[in-house]
Amino acid sequence: MATAVELAIEKIDEYKSKIGRTLGTPMRLRDLIRQVRAARTMAEERAVVDKESANIRESFRDDDSPWKCRNIAKLLYIHMLGYPAHFGQMECMKLVAHSRFTDKRIGYLGAMLLLDERSEVHLLVTNSLKNDLTCSTQFVSGLALCTLGSICSAEMCRDLANEVEKIIKQNNAYLKKKAALCAFRIVRKVPELMEVFIPCTRSLLGEKNHGVLMGATTLVTEMCERSPDVLNHFKKLVPNLVRILKNLLMSGYSPEHDVTGISDPFLQVKILRLLRVLGKDDVRVTEEMNDILAQVATNTETAKNVGNAILYETVLTIMEIKSESGLRILAVNILGRFLLNTDKNIRYVALNTLLKTVHVDYQAVQRHRNVVVECLKDPDISIRKRAMELCFALMNKTNIVMMTKEVLIFLETADAEFKSECASRMYIATERYSPNHEWHLNTMITVLRSAGKYVPDEVVSCMIQLISANEQIQSYAVSQLFHAAQRDAINAQPLLQVAFWTIGEFGDLLLQPTDVDSTPISENDVISVFEAVLPSALTSLITKCYGVTALAKLVTRFHSSVDRIQALVKMNQAHIQLELQQRSVEFNVILNLENLRDGLLERMPVITHNSLNAAVTSIDNDCSPDNNVTNGELLGDLSISTSKQEGLLLDDDVSVSSNKAIFDIFDSRPIPSNDPIFDTPQANQSQYRPVIPINAKGVEVQIQVVESWVNDEARLKMTAYNYTPRTLYNFNFLAAVTKAFVISLEPSSSPNIEPNEHATQFMTITRKAPNSVARMRTQISYILDGTEQTGQGQVDEFPGL
Amino acid sequence: MIKAILVINNHGKPRLLKFYQHYSEEMQQQIVRETFQLVSKRDDNVCNFLEGGTLIDGNDYRLIYRHYATLYFIFCVDSSESELGILDLIQVFVETLDRCFENVCELDLIFHVDRVHHILGEIVMGGMVLETNMNEILQRIQEQDKIQKQEAGITAAPARAVSAVKNMNISQQLKDIKLPDLPSLSNLKNAF
Repeated sequence: MATAVELAIEKIDEYKSKIGRTLGTPMRLRDLIRQVRAARTMAEERAVVDKESANIRESFRDDDSPWKCRNIAKLLYIHMLGYPAHFGQMECMKLVAHSRFTDKRIGYLGAMLLLDERSEVHLLVTNSLKNDLTCSTQFVSGLALCTLGSICSAEMCRDLANEVEKIIKQNNAYLKKKAALCAFRIVRKVPELMEVFIPCTRSLLGEKNHGVLMGATTLVTEMCERSPDVLNHFKKLVPNLVRILKNLLMSGYSPEHDVTGISDPFLQVKILRLLRVLGKDDVRVTEEMNDILAQVATNTETAKNVGNAILYETVLTIMEIKSESGLRILAVNILGRFLLNTDKNIRYVALNTLLKTVHVDYQAVQRHRNVVVECLKDPDISIRKRAMELCFALMNKTNIVMMTKEVLIFLETADAEFKSECASRMYIATERYSPNHEWHLNTMITVLRSAGKYVPDEVVSCMIQLISANEQIQSYAVSQLFHAAQRDAINAQPLLQVAFWTIGEFGDLLLQPTDVDSTPISENDVISVFEAVLPSALTSLITKCYGVTALAKLVTRFHSSVDRIQALVKMNQAHIQLELQQRSVEFNVILNLENLRDGLLERMPVITHNSLNAAVTSIDNDCSPDNNVTNGELLGDLSISTSKQEGLLLDDDVSVSSNKAIFDIFDSRPIPSNDPIFDTPQANQSQYRPVIPINAKGVEVQIQVVESWVNDEARLKMTAYNYTPRTLYNFNFLAAVTKAFVISLEPSSSPNIEPNEHATQFMTITRKAPNSVARMRTQISYILDGTEQTGQGQVDEFPGL
Repeated sequence: MIKAILVINNHGKPRLLKFYQHYSEEMQQQIVRETFQLVSKRDDNVCNFLEGGTLIDGNDYRLIYRHYATLYFIFCVDSSESELGILDLIQVFVETLDRCFENVCELDLIFHVDRVHHILGEIVMGGMVLETNMNEILQRIQEQDKIQKQEAGITAAPARAVSAVKNMNISQQLKDIKLPDLPSLSNLKNAF
């Protein structure tokens, strides 16, 4: 029965389309939409659309078809569904040329949606637009302006800018506002056409109509952002803008522009934005707008979203133009209220704004730290993301311990996309602010465990570098990492990699008892971990490679379980991946060469650089040397001279005296060797580890403490190595220290450095305030191949000082 | 600047696409799909802002959306727009639609895409807010519709004659009956 009905329907359809064709009537838009909606599969839908596209295409051949509008309307629907419709471009242009408004309306709509800037029909469009812009019917001109605003190409802009300018000068508000936005698009596309519009824009701001005012504000904002000259020109308009804003604020109820009790919030927001552009870095202009900003901030009703939209914009303006401090406090308080708002949108913008203003007023933002940390627990991903970014922006030496706790809780349950970013940011933050290495290490182990497989590779290499470079934590690190690997670590491959590397390098330290009451670790325990992890299919290839290398190294550090180790090394001799197979085969051979292997498998040399170090200096706003500073500027800043008597001061934002207590805690003296945890053979105490402030372009500068504080004086040695193939001429080293210190440089051992040679220079630092941390900024200059080269670097702490 | 305005229904079908920057047809569809995926997995009680779309201009790009009954109204904007301001703009747009169509529902948008485009054209132009005064917008739309009606009076006669033939279309009428009755945007008026 059902099939019979369907057959009948199909028959009727057929007849219908035949009759339709003979009468020349194409399907109605409504019918097309119904057919598309009735399609059960994508294939069916495609069939319907393809068939109709073919019909439309065919009917386009007939030039005086009365159904053009209908066809274009159908085509636009097809276009929205994602099927090709570009063949209708020409037809749109024909419609636009008709005199009927209906034709023009659909024609221009089609042009806006189907045309693109590269289209070859552009010349046609330009001509039609030119005719219609001057049309006496306002709606036709309106359509033309609207189209121009959507699809203006550079040539169109040049051809039609003058027409647009004429319309701006006319006395028709409906067209004026459209023309102003057209001018905005033109200026954005072809900035040099700005001149055409500057004279007429001023008068626009005197208009009464809010639409025109809004268009004008948009246009002025764009022009000011493009050109500093224009910006200065329009600064004169600040009193006008202030007046408009005041009227909006004081006008009370006007039914026309009222949005839930607030007069035209859109215009207010636009004007506040323009004020921000005009007032930036200009004290006088800022002065002029302080009053009105305060009024807006205090008089705006905040019960509704619109009110908050205005307040939000006001806060941004206050913070960006660096208003007087009273106003800034008001702004930050508003943000504080926003943060506590129950509306998630408001909380989101508050976090966003705090993130933007953290550079302007760090202390003020710090005050909201607790609320920000709370936001890490928000169920909304957008808010959590902002809160996380803000947390890292707010971390510093005093709060890192407290904030890390919260971040770690967050990391535990965070989505995959956060884990990776959070892990690398945690590394950077802990490297900068950790109270001590032990805490740093523990925190990072937790991070590695929580972030699991999402930890980026650079964090692994940085962790390894950290352990390699800090002798005093190696013993502690190896036992902690061993325990971490012993617990369920198969889900955290990066953690296993760090653990394996460390166990391999420092396996001997692992066996020494670290603590009286901890159970000693036996070789057996260690090998068991490898035996459990290495053969597992869940272990990644890279981890296995780390593991094999570690095992090879352990042969020289362990004594009783050599056979078990060798069995494990040999296990992968037939592995499908060459990397692992090669390690397995080659280490197996090396392990049999008893006289060679001890030398080959010695401890790795200390790694001094890591890939995130660069990132660390770049976020260090308060003291990072600006790489673009010219030589003269730096010299002026630091007042460096090589004469012995003159002490050098470094302008430092961190006030050393006020933070003395904090720095005390972080004082990084070598830990006394009677500390049980660090009971490792310290390198000769008088031989402090050198720091490397500069290592670039083949020139490395090391600074080493020769004598620590004696009568508040310390002696340092600078050694500059030349690894380039050429001689460095006129090598000059400059150094500056914080205000609490005075530095004097002795003459250098030689002004020129041969390839693979080095030069040395001694310096003496005198301490004026006890217990301050010596920080140094360094600069080198030399001539290589006839051109002058420079380099800069910074030391935040010296081992031994 | 507003880069794009998308209206997508709960099943990911586009109901209105307006891009203020040129994208190829494929790209437009890709943006629609990506945007829908991002928006549709969010609960109704989270905030209306979203980052993470990759297709439009990389980083400087946010989605601001409101969900009404069966439709998502999504504005893709760059950082020069105020987030809260755009939220209000969406409200203005939807309220205007509601007044034009009298209790607007998804079907109105489906069968009158051109009209929705015309309305939008009076609110946003070239990616910038043009007019937010609802009475002004409605008045201009009505004036233009009136011109169209007058013109139709002169030339519509032949079209009407033909449409009589169309009424033979039984299959289509059957389908008309089956059309689902979509709930109107009931929470519209008090969403502010």
